[in-house]
Amino acid sequence: MKTAGSVGMDRFRKQRTWRTTWEGIIPKLLLVCALVSVLTTLGIVFTLIVETARFFEEIPFVQFITGTEWTALFSGNQQKFGVLPLISGTLLVTAGAALVAIPLGLAAAIYLSEYAHDRVRRVLKPVLEILAGIPTVVYGFFAFTFVTPLLRGTFFPDMGPFNALSASIVVGIMIIPMIASLSEDAMSSVPRGIREAAYAMGSTRLEVALRVVVPAALSGIIASFVLGISRAIGETMIVTIAAGATPKLTFDPTDSIQTMTAYMVQAASGDISFGSTAYKSIYAVGMTLFVFTMIMNLLAQYISRRFKEEY
Amino acid sequence: MGAEEAVIGQKGKSEAKSLNSANRNQGAGRVGFRRMMNRLAHGLFFLATLVGVVVLGILLFDIVNTGWKWVSADLLNNFASRFPEKSGVKAALWGSIWLIAVTAPLTFIFGVGAAIFLEEYAKKNWFSRLIQLNISNLAGVPSIVFGILGLTIFARGMNLGQSVLTGALTMTLLILPIVIVAAREAIASVPSSLRQASYAMGASRWQTISRVVLPYSMPGILTGTILALSRAIGETAPLIMVGAVTFIYFTPGNVFDPFTVLPIQIFTWTGLPKAEFQELAAAGIIVLLAILLTMNALAIFLRNKYQRRDG
Repeated sequence: MKTAGSVGMDRFRKQRTWRTTWEGIIPKLLLVCALVSVLTTLGIVFTLIVETARFFEEIPFVQFITGTEWTALFSGNQQKFGVLPLISGTLLVTAGAALVAIPLGLAAAIYLSEYAHDRVRRVLKPVLEILAGIPTVVYGFFAFTFVTPLLRGTFFPDMGPFNALSASIVVGIMIIPMIASLSEDAMSSVPRGIREAAYAMGSTRLEVALRVVVPAALSGIIASFVLGISRAIGETMIVTIAAGATPKLTFDPTDSIQTMTAYMVQAASGDISFGSTAYKSIYAVGMTLFVFTMIMNLLAQYISRRFKEEY
Repeated sequence: MGAEEAVIGQKGKSEAKSLNSANRNQGAGRVGFRRMMNRLAHGLFFLATLVGVVVLGILLFDIVNTGWKWVSADLLNNFASRFPEKSGVKAALWGSIWLIAVTAPLTFIFGVGAAIFLEEYAKKNWFSRLIQLNISNLAGVPSIVFGILGLTIFARGMNLGQSVLTGALTMTLLILPIVIVAAREAIASVPSSLRQASYAMGASRWQTISRVVLPYSMPGILTGTILALSRAIGETAPLIMVGAVTFIYFTPGNVFDPFTVLPIQIFTWTGLPKAEFQELAAAGIIVLLAILLTMNALAIFLRNKYQRRDG
């Protein structure tokens, strides 16, 4: 009797210690999983800084940031590393995209949040989600083989096959769902009571939407614009396919240009040698792009936190 | 208008009548104008929302119209070629399948692990806030920057070269934030009564998580993971950066083989001068969209199936 009992206790104790150890190990394993994301950020910042620093050993920082010619993939002494044309290309496409996406996205958000019946919303929201899920290479194909020929056949017969205009229109269409759904989220979180108070004062739906709901949700709406713009800055395939590969300091949307992202793709898919200045320039341009999008993302977070209306 | 009348009704009929007539005398024209503006805005907002639907329709029609005649068994069984009629997506299709097959378990393990840590174990201190801030910032980093990271750390640093593994690791880091956010939402939606019931039965923390919390939140987690993977399947830029080769004439045999994916094949064909290649690109897009549609249908199916069981 005594021995049998102690064996049972032993087994119980063994199981318990094993389980306690396991319970102690699990959180550490899970912590490692969570740390992967921190390591990713550190990895990105670290690689960009190291290689960009090596790039600036060869090309002075001032020359990079103020130069108006970018011919990094030319041979030998014809290389020029002035990043301004790539930045202007990126900003040109981004501005065009914002002109398309902000009015349409905001109007769609107001419609979905304030006007649409449930049944209509149940049809339209999934369509916007599909639009958001289409790969960017497909949008690029669409811009190059449909939008550009359409524009050349109608309003801009003199425009070339590669141009900033069609790229920015299609990038704009691509970010509409993002702006619409984030703005709609912000508007739906405006309390019902405020709307009803405005209706009680005799306001029309439009007045409620524009004078009550939009101002109350403004921080979220502006944040959605900023995030959309950040997305447009980092968009790669549409501009690579449709906007061209000629870095040019221009603000004419019908011109062929090159964005920062498109340069990185062009350089990486070409055969530049590892360790050359042109190779390091990928990192310098990547760093510039990273800084731009990071500022926009932090700005969006700041706006939505700082100017949030509390109810 | 309903709300307006209801409130007036509360004030008493006689008062309402005098109010109404006063309003009518003063500004019948103004009210009419305001109503007209409201109707006009309603129409405009609706049209703005429709832009997305219409563009989606045109895009799909254009692609099917251009590429349908190339969709055949040959397209799936042929490798890429100089001759359009002998070209196919075999290498790209199998490359995409390999990439997803390796990416899926990696993102699932690390994504769900991080989500469990943040929801169940992490204390609300500066450290968990840091991880959280970090994840939301990573989601805003352009995909091409992840490509630079993959090129530097995996392809060159770990000497994995232009292999399936390099691509899959890069993709894992790219979509990890999406999976973590979705998994956290799913885990947070588990009712606390279930957890408490499990603890009351003497279950340990990890037993509760692995046998109660995870099974309950699995549909949500799987849906989020599949949607994130469908994003990975459509990504082009990061894989170009890590050097996925364009013209290869074999399917990968293991994770260390070089590979190409559907979006890269589509990108290459779009850029070739012959019109037939652009039709092939459209055919490739049809294959890509078919895969995406299947994955989305699977996600919706999983969600519906398990929701019914719980209900």
